[in-house]
Amino acid sequence: MFPYLRLGPFLLQMPLLMLFIGFWIGSTFTEREAARLGLNKEKINNLIGYGLLGGILGARLVYAAQYASVYVANPLGLFSLSTSTLSPIGGFLIGMSTALIYGYRQKLPFRRSLDALTPGLAFFMISIGVSHLLSGNAYGSPSRVPWAMYVWSDYRHPTQLYEIFLALAIFTLVLPKVLPAHAPGIRFAQFVSLSALARVFLEAFRGDSVLWLDGYRAAQVMGLLVLIICIVLLRQWERIEPNEASIW
Amino acid sequence: MKNSRFITWMTWALILGMFWTVFSRVSPDRPKAQQDAVAKEGFTAPNFALDLLDGSTVALSDLRGKVVLVNFWTSWCPPCRLEMPAIEKAYRSYKDIGFVVIGLNLTAQDSEQAAADFAKEIGLTFPIALDRDNATGNLYRITALPTSYFIDRKGVIRSVVVGGPMSEALIQSKVEELLREGE
Repeated sequence: MFPYLRLGPFLLQMPLLMLFIGFWIGSTFTEREAARLGLNKEKINNLIGYGLLGGILGARLVYAAQYASVYVANPLGLFSLSTSTLSPIGGFLIGMSTALIYGYRQKLPFRRSLDALTPGLAFFMISIGVSHLLSGNAYGSPSRVPWAMYVWSDYRHPTQLYEIFLALAIFTLVLPKVLPAHAPGIRFAQFVSLSALARVFLEAFRGDSVLWLDGYRAAQVMGLLVLIICIVLLRQWERIEPNEASIW
Repeated sequence: MKNSRFITWMTWALILGMFWTVFSRVSPDRPKAQQDAVAKEGFTAPNFALDLLDGSTVALSDLRGKVVLVNFWTSWCPPCRLEMPAIEKAYRSYKDIGFVVIGLNLTAQDSEQAAADFAKEIGLTFPIALDRDNATGNLYRITALPTSYFIDRKGVIRSVVVGGPMSEALIQSKVEELLREGE
């Protein structure tokens, strides 16, 4: 683990830095894929930018809404640089909505745009794994396997390394020419289904899973639901000719 | 590989995934928080017993049942100084409903006199603990100042904020969340 780097008076959060690097490199992959698919690179970059901006603002606003009385009394808290006061789910939903609205207004072809985003997203997933390794988050359950890592006062499954290896494998698989995709949107659906499957597999080794009813791990249940949706989409998108003017 | 073959594979993977999810289910009897005492979110906060600036002592284990903010600081650290008024304000607002602050001065890197002067200057009313040998700082693996641990009524670390200054909104939202859980 290497969570912080002190640079004079500044404290550099290495996991956050890794996410920025992943985002930056991922964006270049997306840009190249957009050009390959004949899409407007600038519009795809704007789509990412608006999505990210909407996600950050949404994450802060949803968090503030949960503690409305506190933020009404201290409105300057809305501009805090702390990542502790963000709502990840709120950020995800509002970021996605912002990107969707931008894509719809700019008449971006929905499925091909998703395909363009795929290599970038797949690379970003690797950086999430590295970020977890640096922070020590997403740690494994106690284990005595020979490759266990000593972390948080116990020998544990190196789930962060599993995460990186699986993300690398998925990134390689979704590159053009490795796993053929014969219709728009298929590559994106393949990426999401493989990522969901990886999550279902990996979560079993995690030591910090959120549990739902009767001890089921929330991430596994969500992963299975996403996988079902992807299988349905893969079947539909293979058959239906895309109407570039419509959102679907 | 054709897409139809990929779909077939994914369908089989879905079925196996369902079995895997059931197989890897966690026993409902397992405690929600990690049992080991480690300075990490989700784990029980490592215990410490320290002298206070006023001559009395404090042990973290004695504060079970209360929401605790342990704030590591020194008088020479600018963001520590900047966030203290906000911590004091939160302490005064919530102390009657089960909130405690321990201002944990890393005295080995500071001095008791400087800590006392600063507390007097700002008008701090919460307990200031003195870590004279840096043992508690090492126990909590403090790598940067200030560092704050928000601990729930069961003694579990729920949030860690490294660096600062923390805003009033940040402190109050974290404290309110933990206080609500005990209602």
